[in-house]
Amino acid sequence: MLSVRGLSLSVRGRPLVDGVSLDLKPGELLAVCGPNGAGKSTLLRLISGELTPTAGEIRLLDRPLGAWRPQALAQRRAVVPQSSPCDFPFRAWEVVRLGRTPHPPSAQDRDLAFDLLHAVGAGHLAERLLPQLSGGERQRVALARALAQLHGVSGPGLLLLDEPTAALDLQHQESVLSLLRRRCDQRGDAVLIILHDLNLAAAFADRALLMVDGRALIDAPPEHALTPALVEGAFGLAVRALRHPDTGRPLLVPARADAAAQTLTVP
Amino acid sequence: MTSLAPPRADRAQLIAAAALLAALTLAVSRGAVSISPAQLLAAPLDRLGLAEHAALTPAQEAVLWAIRLPRALMAVGVGGALGLAGALMQGLTRNPLADPGLLGVSSGAALGGAAATVLGGRVGALGLPVAAILGGLLTWTVVMAVARREGAAPIPTLLLCGVAVSALASSGVGLLLFMASDEQLRALTFWTLGSLSGASWGRALGVLAALGLSLAVTGRAARALNALLLGEAEAAQLGVPVEGLKLTLTVLVALLVGLSVAFSGFIGFIGLVAPPSARLLVGADQRRVLPLSALLGACLLTLADLAARTVVAPAELPVGVLTALLGAPFFLARLRAAGLGG
Repeated sequence: MLSVRGLSLSVRGRPLVDGVSLDLKPGELLAVCGPNGAGKSTLLRLISGELTPTAGEIRLLDRPLGAWRPQALAQRRAVVPQSSPCDFPFRAWEVVRLGRTPHPPSAQDRDLAFDLLHAVGAGHLAERLLPQLSGGERQRVALARALAQLHGVSGPGLLLLDEPTAALDLQHQESVLSLLRRRCDQRGDAVLIILHDLNLAAAFADRALLMVDGRALIDAPPEHALTPALVEGAFGLAVRALRHPDTGRPLLVPARADAAAQTLTVP
Repeated sequence: MTSLAPPRADRAQLIAAAALLAALTLAVSRGAVSISPAQLLAAPLDRLGLAEHAALTPAQEAVLWAIRLPRALMAVGVGGALGLAGALMQGLTRNPLADPGLLGVSSGAALGGAAATVLGGRVGALGLPVAAILGGLLTWTVVMAVARREGAAPIPTLLLCGVAVSALASSGVGLLLFMASDEQLRALTFWTLGSLSGASWGRALGVLAALGLSLAVTGRAARALNALLLGEAEAAQLGVPVEGLKLTLTVLVALLVGLSVAFSGFIGFIGLVAPPSARLLVGADQRRVLPLSALLGACLLTLADLAARTVVAPAELPVGVLTALLGAPFFLARLRAAGLGG
C-alpha cells in the first residue's frame, strides 16, 4: 500500500527526517513513537505530501506520490492533523461533510456525516459550532471527516493520524483506537498513527516504529520494538516492562527504584 | 448541493435582498427633490413613453435618471464589492478581522489611482481603475507574503502588516499630492475621504458587473472555498488545487477593491462588518456567506450614502467618514472579543 524509501528532509543543513524507510501493507496499523522533536510529525507531513522531501521516495499503491492527481489521491488517503485551528462557525456535521470534497456532491452526504460522527462517539456534537468544541471533541470531528473522505471508495485507503488521541479521555482513546483497528481488519485500510502513549501502541498496533533524531531506531512488532532497552535508548527514561493481564501484550511503566527516597525528600 | 440548503439560510438571503430593495427605493426617493414611491413605479413607463400622463416633473426625471439611480446603483455595487472582498480576504487569511481598508489593499489601490491621475497624463477612462486594481494587487501580495505563516495569518501580525503597508502607500499618495496640479489636487482629496458623488452609469454598471462576475466565479468554487477555511494543508489533502484557488481569490479581491476605490475613494469597514454579520445569520458555509456578505455590504453602503447626502443637506458628508464612524467601534468590539493573542 505505502512504501517509503530513504526519506530525508533537511532544513538549513539540519536533518529533521534522516533516511527513513517503511512499508505498510493493507490492513496494517503502524504506530510511530518517539520523544518530542524526533521528527514524527515531519515524517507524517512528508508522507501526506504537505512537505517535499530533500531525498527519498514515497510510493502509494505502487505509484510515486507526485504522480497522483490531487483529487484521486484525496479519495485514497486522508489525514487527521494534530490540531485544527479553524475558528469559522461551521457545524460539526458540516466539517465532516467537507471530507466529501474530493467526491461528487450527493444528497446522502449529510446523513453520512451524522453516521460517522456517531461512529466516533460524537453524534451528540453534530449541530454544535466548531469554535465551541473542546480540543478532544475537535479531534473526533477531524477523524470523522477523514473517514468521510475515504467513504465509498473501492479498495483500501490510507489513514495518516498525528496524535489523534492527545486530547482524548481514556474511554475515547480506547474507542478511537478500536475503530481504527476495525478499519484495518474489516476494510483492509492501512493506518499510520503517531502515538505518545506507548501502551496504546502496544495494545493496538501491528508494528511500532521508534524514531529518534529523525532516524528510525527500530520498526518491528510492539513486543520487539517497545522493549525497556530500546525505549530507554529513545526517551532517556528507565522503564519496566510488564505483561497486560488480559492480552499478554507489553505494558511499560517508568521505573521507580528511587521512589521511596523521593517520598522522603519531598517536604 | 445548493438544493440541499436548509430554508433558514435562504430566508436570510431573501430578507437581505428585500432590505436592499427597500434601501434602494429610499435612496432614490429622498433628497432635495423628493420622489414618491408611486412616481418611482411609474418612472420606467414614463421613460419608455408608455405612460398617458407624465408621472414625474422634468426636474424629477432628470434627478432620478442622471443622478440618483446611478449613484444608488454604484452604492450597491461598491458596497457589495467591499463586503464580498472582505469575506474573500477573511477566507484567504482564515482571519475574521481581515478587511480591505485595514490591510492596506484600499490604500494600495488609492496609490495606484493617484499615480494614474498625476503621472499618467492621458490614461483615458480605463487607466484609473486599472492602476487602482494593480495598486491593490501589489499591496495585498506584499501583506500576504509578509504576514502569513503556514497558511494562516495571526491577527496582530496581519494588522501590523496592514498598518505598515498603508503607511507606505499613504506616503506615496502624499508625495503625489505634493506634485499635483490644482485640478488634480481636488480629484485626489476625494480619495482620502471617500464619496459616491463621482457616480455615473458607466461606473455603476462596471462595478456591478465585476461583482456579478466575482459571485459567479466564487459560487462555482464554493466547495473548495469551504475546504480552504479548514486550512491550506487540510484543503490540499482534500484534493483542492490550493495555489490556483488562492491566485483566483487574490485577483478577485484586487478587482473588487480596485474598482471600488477608483470610483468612490477610500470607504472603510464595510468588508469588516458585513461578512461576520452574514456568518452570524447563516454559519460558515461560503455558498451562503459570500452572496449574503455582498447583499449586506450593499445595504450598508446604500443607507450610509443616503445618510451622507441628507443629514446635513444641502451639504454632503463624505460617506467614508460615516462608515468609519459605524465600523470602528464594531472593529474594536471584535478585536476585544478575539483577544490580541490571536
